[in-house]
Amino acid sequence: MSRVVVDVVLKPEISDPQGQAVLGALGRLGHSGVRSVRQGKHFVLEVDGDPDEAELRQIAETLLANPVIEDVELHLSTD
Amino acid sequence: MRIGVLTFPGSLDDVDAARAIRLAGGEPVPLWHGDHDLKDVDAVVLPGGFSYGDYLRAGAIAARSPLMRDVVAAAGGGLPVLGICNGFQVLCEAGLLPGALTRNSHLHFRNRDQGLLVERADTAWTSAYTTGQTIVVPVKNGEGRYVAAPADLDRIEGEGRVVVRYTGGNPNGSSRDIAGVTSADGRVVGLMPHPEHAVEALTGPSTDGLGFFTSVLSAMVTS
Repeated sequence: MSRVVVDVVLKPEISDPQGQAVLGALGRLGHSGVRSVRQGKHFVLEVDGDPDEAELRQIAETLLANPVIEDVELHLSTD
Repeated sequence: MRIGVLTFPGSLDDVDAARAIRLAGGEPVPLWHGDHDLKDVDAVVLPGGFSYGDYLRAGAIAARSPLMRDVVAAAGGGLPVLGICNGFQVLCEAGLLPGALTRNSHLHFRNRDQGLLVERADTAWTSAYTTGQTIVVPVKNGEGRYVAAPADLDRIEGEGRVVVRYTGGNPNGSSRDIAGVTSADGRVVGLMPHPEHAVEALTGPSTDGLGFFTSVLSAMVTS
Protein backbone atom coordinates (compact mmCIF):
# COMPACT_ATOMS: atom_id res chain seq x y z
CA MET A 1 0.00 0.00 0.00
CA SER A 2 1.26 3.43 -0.92
CA ARG A 3 0.06 6.82 0.06
CA VAL A 4 0.08 9.53 -2.57
CA VAL A 5 -0.66 13.18 -1.93
CA VAL A 6 -1.75 15.48 -4.73
CA ASP A 7 -1.92 19.22 -4.15
CA VAL A 8 -3.85 21.29 -6.68
CA VAL A 9 -3.28 25.05 -6.83
CA LEU A 10 -4.56 27.74 -9.15
CA LYS A 11 -2.00 28.93 -11.70
CA PRO A 12 -0.41 32.22 -10.59
CA GLU A 13 -2.08 34.18 -13.40
CA ILE A 14 -5.61 33.08 -12.37
CA SER A 15 -7.12 35.32 -9.67
CA ASP A 16 -8.41 33.62 -6.51
CA PRO A 17 -11.36 35.49 -4.95
CA GLN A 18 -11.76 32.83 -2.25
CA GLY A 19 -8.16 33.28 -1.17
CA GLN A 20 -8.68 37.06 -1.19
CA ALA A 21 -11.75 36.66 1.06
CA VAL A 22 -9.65 34.62 3.51
CA LEU A 23 -6.97 37.31 3.39
CA GLY A 24 -9.60 39.95 4.19
CA ALA A 25 -10.81 37.92 7.18
CA LEU A 26 -7.25 37.54 8.45
CA GLY A 27 -6.81 41.30 8.31
CA ARG A 28 -9.99 41.76 10.36
CA LEU A 29 -8.64 39.28 12.91
CA GLY A 30 -5.51 41.38 13.33
CA HIS A 31 -3.12 39.23 11.27
CA SER A 32 -1.88 42.17 9.28
CA GLY A 33 1.41 40.49 8.37
CA VAL A 34 -0.15 37.99 5.94
CA ARG A 35 0.46 39.34 2.44
CA SER A 36 -1.37 36.81 0.28
CA VAL A 37 -3.57 33.69 0.49
CA ARG A 38 -4.06 31.20 -2.35
CA GLN A 39 -6.61 28.46 -1.76
CA GLY A 40 -6.12 25.00 -3.23
CA LYS A 41 -7.13 21.36 -2.89
CA HIS A 42 -5.34 18.50 -1.12
CA PHE A 43 -6.03 14.89 -2.18
CA VAL A 44 -4.78 11.79 -0.34
CA LEU A 45 -4.85 8.59 -2.41
CA GLU A 46 -4.12 5.10 -1.10
CA VAL A 47 -3.05 2.78 -3.90
CA ASP A 48 -2.15 -0.91 -4.10
CA GLY A 49 1.55 -1.73 -4.38
CA ASP A 50 4.18 0.78 -5.36
CA PRO A 51 2.88 4.00 -6.86
CA ASP A 52 3.03 4.26 -10.64
CA GLU A 53 4.14 7.84 -11.04
CA ALA A 54 3.08 8.09 -14.69
CA GLU A 55 -0.40 6.79 -13.94
CA LEU A 56 -0.77 9.04 -10.90
CA ARG A 57 0.34 12.06 -12.87
CA GLN A 58 -2.29 11.19 -15.47
CA ILE A 59 -4.95 10.91 -12.73
CA ALA A 60 -3.88 14.25 -11.30
CA GLU A 61 -3.78 16.07 -14.61
CA THR A 62 -6.92 14.61 -16.20
CA LEU A 63 -9.34 14.55 -13.26
CA LEU A 64 -8.08 15.99 -9.98
CA ALA A 65 -6.93 19.23 -11.63
CA ASN A 66 -8.09 21.26 -14.61
CA PRO A 67 -4.80 22.06 -16.39
CA VAL A 68 -6.40 25.10 -18.04
CA ILE A 69 -6.34 26.93 -14.70
CA GLU A 70 -4.58 24.69 -12.16
CA ASP A 71 -1.13 23.20 -11.46
CA VAL A 72 -0.53 19.91 -9.63
CA GLU A 73 2.16 18.81 -7.17
CA LEU A 74 2.58 15.05 -6.72
CA HIS A 75 4.06 13.64 -3.48
CA LEU A 76 4.77 9.90 -3.48
CA SER A 77 5.60 7.89 -0.38
CA THR A 78 5.63 4.14 0.33
CA ASP A 79 4.61 2.93 3.81
CA MET B 1 -35.73 17.33 -35.65
CA ARG B 2 -34.71 15.43 -32.52
CA ILE B 3 -32.73 17.39 -29.93
CA GLY B 4 -31.38 15.46 -26.96
CA VAL B 5 -31.39 16.96 -23.47
CA LEU B 6 -28.75 15.27 -21.34
CA THR B 7 -29.71 14.83 -17.68
CA PHE B 8 -27.04 14.27 -15.02
CA PRO B 9 -27.69 13.64 -11.32
CA GLY B 10 -28.20 17.20 -10.09
CA SER B 11 -29.36 18.74 -13.39
CA LEU B 12 -32.11 21.32 -12.77
CA ASP B 13 -33.03 22.96 -16.06
CA ASP B 14 -33.50 19.92 -18.28
CA VAL B 15 -37.28 20.31 -18.24
CA ASP B 16 -37.06 23.99 -19.19
CA ALA B 17 -34.60 23.14 -21.96
CA ALA B 18 -36.98 20.49 -23.33
CA ARG B 19 -39.83 23.00 -23.20
CA ALA B 20 -37.79 25.59 -25.10
CA ILE B 21 -36.98 23.00 -27.79
CA ARG B 22 -40.68 22.15 -28.12
CA LEU B 23 -41.66 25.84 -28.36
CA ALA B 24 -39.04 26.32 -31.08
CA GLY B 25 -40.60 23.47 -33.07
CA GLY B 26 -38.23 20.62 -32.27
CA GLU B 27 -38.73 17.26 -30.57
CA PRO B 28 -36.92 17.05 -27.21
CA VAL B 29 -35.40 13.62 -26.48
CA PRO B 30 -34.42 12.80 -22.88
CA LEU B 31 -30.88 11.41 -22.56
CA TRP B 32 -29.36 9.92 -19.40
CA HIS B 33 -25.69 10.43 -18.48
CA GLY B 34 -25.11 6.80 -17.53
CA ASP B 35 -26.27 5.37 -20.86
CA HIS B 36 -24.16 4.85 -23.95
CA ASP B 37 -27.02 5.82 -26.27
CA LEU B 38 -27.40 9.14 -28.08
CA LYS B 39 -30.72 7.87 -29.54
CA ASP B 40 -29.93 9.20 -33.02
CA VAL B 41 -30.50 12.83 -32.00
CA ASP B 42 -29.60 15.65 -34.39
CA ALA B 43 -28.21 17.92 -31.65
CA VAL B 44 -27.66 17.89 -27.88
CA VAL B 45 -28.37 20.43 -25.12
CA LEU B 46 -26.50 20.16 -21.81
CA PRO B 47 -28.76 21.92 -19.29
CA GLY B 48 -28.05 23.98 -16.19
CA GLY B 49 -27.92 22.73 -12.64
CA PHE B 50 -25.39 21.24 -10.26
CA SER B 51 -24.33 17.94 -11.80
CA TYR B 52 -22.75 15.63 -9.22
CA GLY B 53 -23.23 18.40 -6.67
CA ASP B 54 -20.45 20.43 -8.31
CA TYR B 55 -18.06 18.10 -6.44
CA LEU B 56 -14.35 18.43 -7.36
CA ARG B 57 -15.08 21.30 -9.81
CA ALA B 58 -18.34 22.37 -11.43
CA GLY B 59 -18.91 20.05 -14.39
CA ALA B 60 -15.75 18.00 -13.81
CA ILE B 61 -17.31 14.64 -13.02
CA ALA B 62 -20.19 15.04 -15.48
CA ALA B 63 -17.65 15.74 -18.25
CA ARG B 64 -16.26 12.22 -17.74
CA SER B 65 -19.61 10.40 -17.62
CA PRO B 66 -20.33 7.59 -20.12
CA LEU B 67 -22.67 9.55 -22.41
CA MET B 68 -20.45 12.65 -22.39
CA ARG B 69 -17.68 10.54 -23.95
CA ASP B 70 -20.14 9.78 -26.77
CA VAL B 71 -21.06 13.49 -27.02
CA VAL B 72 -17.38 14.46 -27.30
CA ALA B 73 -16.87 11.89 -30.07
CA ALA B 74 -20.04 13.01 -31.92
CA ALA B 75 -19.10 16.68 -31.59
CA GLY B 76 -15.85 15.81 -33.35
CA GLY B 77 -18.04 14.72 -36.26
CA GLY B 78 -20.02 17.96 -36.26
CA LEU B 79 -22.94 17.22 -33.90
CA PRO B 80 -24.27 20.59 -32.65
CA VAL B 81 -23.97 20.85 -28.85
CA LEU B 82 -25.23 23.68 -26.64
CA GLY B 83 -24.10 23.94 -23.01
CA ILE B 84 -26.04 26.27 -20.74
CA CYS B 85 -24.58 27.30 -17.36
CA ASN B 86 -23.59 23.95 -15.80
CA GLY B 87 -23.62 22.57 -19.34
CA PHE B 88 -21.06 25.22 -20.34
CA GLN B 89 -18.92 24.16 -17.37
CA VAL B 90 -19.20 20.54 -18.55
CA LEU B 91 -18.14 21.47 -22.11
CA CYS B 92 -15.05 23.34 -20.84
CA GLU B 93 -14.16 20.45 -18.52
CA ALA B 94 -14.60 18.00 -21.42
CA GLY B 95 -12.19 20.04 -23.54
CA LEU B 96 -14.79 20.84 -26.22
CA LEU B 97 -14.56 24.56 -25.42
CA PRO B 98 -11.58 26.67 -24.29
CA GLY B 99 -11.24 28.29 -20.87
CA ALA B 100 -12.81 27.44 -17.51
CA LEU B 101 -15.55 28.67 -15.17
CA THR B 102 -14.63 29.52 -11.57
CA ARG B 103 -16.08 31.14 -8.45
CA ASN B 104 -17.65 34.55 -9.09
CA SER B 105 -15.21 37.35 -8.25
CA HIS B 106 -17.59 38.82 -5.64
CA LEU B 107 -18.26 35.32 -4.20
CA HIS B 108 -22.05 35.80 -4.36
CA PHE B 109 -24.60 33.79 -6.32
CA ARG B 110 -25.98 36.22 -8.91
CA ASN B 111 -29.50 35.92 -10.30
CA ARG B 112 -30.84 38.66 -12.59
CA ASP B 113 -31.91 39.56 -16.10
CA GLN B 114 -28.79 40.12 -18.17
CA GLY B 115 -27.99 41.99 -21.35
CA LEU B 116 -25.86 40.08 -23.87
CA LEU B 117 -24.15 41.40 -26.97
CA VAL B 118 -24.18 38.86 -29.80
CA GLU B 119 -20.76 38.79 -31.51
CA ARG B 120 -21.17 35.62 -33.55
CA ALA B 121 -24.43 35.15 -35.47
CA ASP B 122 -23.01 32.39 -37.66
CA THR B 123 -22.80 29.46 -35.23
CA ALA B 124 -25.21 26.51 -35.27
CA TRP B 125 -26.96 28.00 -32.22
CA THR B 126 -27.02 31.75 -32.98
CA SER B 127 -27.96 32.16 -36.65
CA ALA B 128 -31.37 33.58 -35.65
CA TYR B 129 -29.61 36.67 -34.29
CA THR B 130 -27.65 39.44 -35.97
CA THR B 131 -24.10 40.42 -35.11
CA GLY B 132 -24.18 43.39 -32.73
CA GLN B 133 -27.71 42.59 -31.50
CA THR B 134 -28.39 42.96 -27.76
CA ILE B 135 -30.63 40.37 -26.11
CA VAL B 136 -31.86 39.98 -22.51
CA VAL B 137 -31.96 36.58 -20.80
CA PRO B 138 -31.65 35.51 -17.14
CA VAL B 139 -28.27 34.73 -15.62
CA LYS B 140 -28.00 32.69 -12.40
CA ASN B 141 -24.69 31.31 -11.18
CA GLY B 142 -22.17 31.12 -8.37
CA GLU B 143 -19.29 29.77 -10.43
CA GLY B 144 -19.72 31.59 -13.70
CA ARG B 145 -16.54 33.64 -13.93
CA TYR B 146 -14.97 32.79 -17.29
CA VAL B 147 -11.19 32.59 -17.01
CA ALA B 148 -8.15 31.54 -19.01
CA ALA B 149 -4.51 32.59 -19.07
CA PRO B 150 -4.11 36.02 -20.73
CA ALA B 151 -2.37 34.50 -23.76
CA ASP B 152 -5.24 32.02 -24.17
CA LEU B 153 -7.80 34.84 -23.89
CA ASP B 154 -5.93 36.69 -26.66
CA ARG B 155 -6.09 33.56 -28.81
CA ILE B 156 -9.80 32.95 -28.05
CA GLU B 157 -10.66 36.53 -29.01
CA GLY B 158 -8.28 36.52 -31.97
CA GLU B 159 -9.95 33.41 -33.40
CA GLY B 160 -13.39 35.00 -33.00
CA ARG B 161 -14.53 32.37 -30.52
CA VAL B 162 -16.53 34.79 -28.35
CA VAL B 163 -20.24 34.28 -29.14
CA VAL B 164 -21.84 36.56 -26.52
CA ARG B 165 -20.45 39.18 -24.15
CA TYR B 166 -22.07 40.69 -21.04
CA THR B 167 -23.38 44.20 -21.57
CA GLY B 168 -24.87 46.54 -18.98
CA GLY B 169 -22.69 45.07 -16.24
CA ASN B 170 -20.62 41.94 -15.75
CA PRO B 171 -22.46 39.66 -13.29
CA ASN B 172 -19.56 37.48 -12.15
CA GLY B 173 -16.21 39.03 -13.01
CA SER B 174 -15.73 37.05 -16.22
CA SER B 175 -12.54 37.91 -18.10
CA ARG B 176 -13.17 40.49 -20.82
CA ASP B 177 -16.96 40.26 -20.20
CA ILE B 178 -17.06 36.88 -21.98
CA ALA B 179 -20.44 35.17 -21.47
CA GLY B 180 -20.21 32.43 -24.11
CA VAL B 181 -17.75 30.88 -26.56
CA THR B 182 -17.80 28.46 -29.48
CA SER B 183 -15.70 25.68 -30.94
CA ALA B 184 -13.52 26.32 -33.99
CA ASP B 185 -16.23 24.89 -36.29
CA GLY B 186 -19.08 26.91 -34.68
CA ARG B 187 -21.07 23.75 -33.88
CA VAL B 188 -20.44 23.64 -30.11
CA VAL B 189 -21.54 26.68 -28.08
CA GLY B 190 -21.48 27.25 -24.33
CA LEU B 191 -22.77 30.19 -22.32
CA MET B 192 -23.47 30.92 -18.66
CA PRO B 193 -26.79 32.81 -19.09
CA HIS B 194 -30.01 30.86 -19.63
CA PRO B 195 -31.74 31.33 -23.00
CA GLU B 196 -34.19 28.52 -22.11
CA HIS B 197 -35.62 30.76 -19.36
CA ALA B 198 -36.46 33.50 -21.89
CA VAL B 199 -38.80 31.77 -24.34
CA GLU B 200 -42.25 32.88 -23.14
CA ALA B 201 -43.56 36.31 -22.12
CA LEU B 202 -45.36 34.79 -19.12
CA THR B 203 -42.24 33.54 -17.36
CA GLY B 204 -39.22 35.26 -18.91
CA PRO B 205 -37.93 38.83 -19.16
CA SER B 206 -38.19 38.46 -22.96
CA THR B 207 -38.48 35.77 -25.58
CA ASP B 208 -34.95 36.52 -26.79
CA GLY B 209 -33.67 33.10 -25.78
CA LEU B 210 -35.81 31.20 -28.26
CA GLY B 211 -33.40 32.05 -31.07
CA PHE B 212 -30.78 29.59 -29.78
CA PHE B 213 -33.23 26.74 -30.34
CA THR B 214 -34.72 27.93 -33.64
CA SER B 215 -31.15 28.48 -34.92
CA VAL B 216 -30.15 24.86 -34.51
CA LEU B 217 -33.37 23.66 -36.15
CA SER B 218 -32.69 25.81 -39.21
CA ALA B 219 -29.02 24.74 -39.19
CA MET B 220 -30.18 21.13 -39.47
CA VAL B 221 -32.54 21.94 -42.33
CA THR B 222 -29.82 23.63 -44.37
CA SER B 223 -27.03 21.13 -43.63
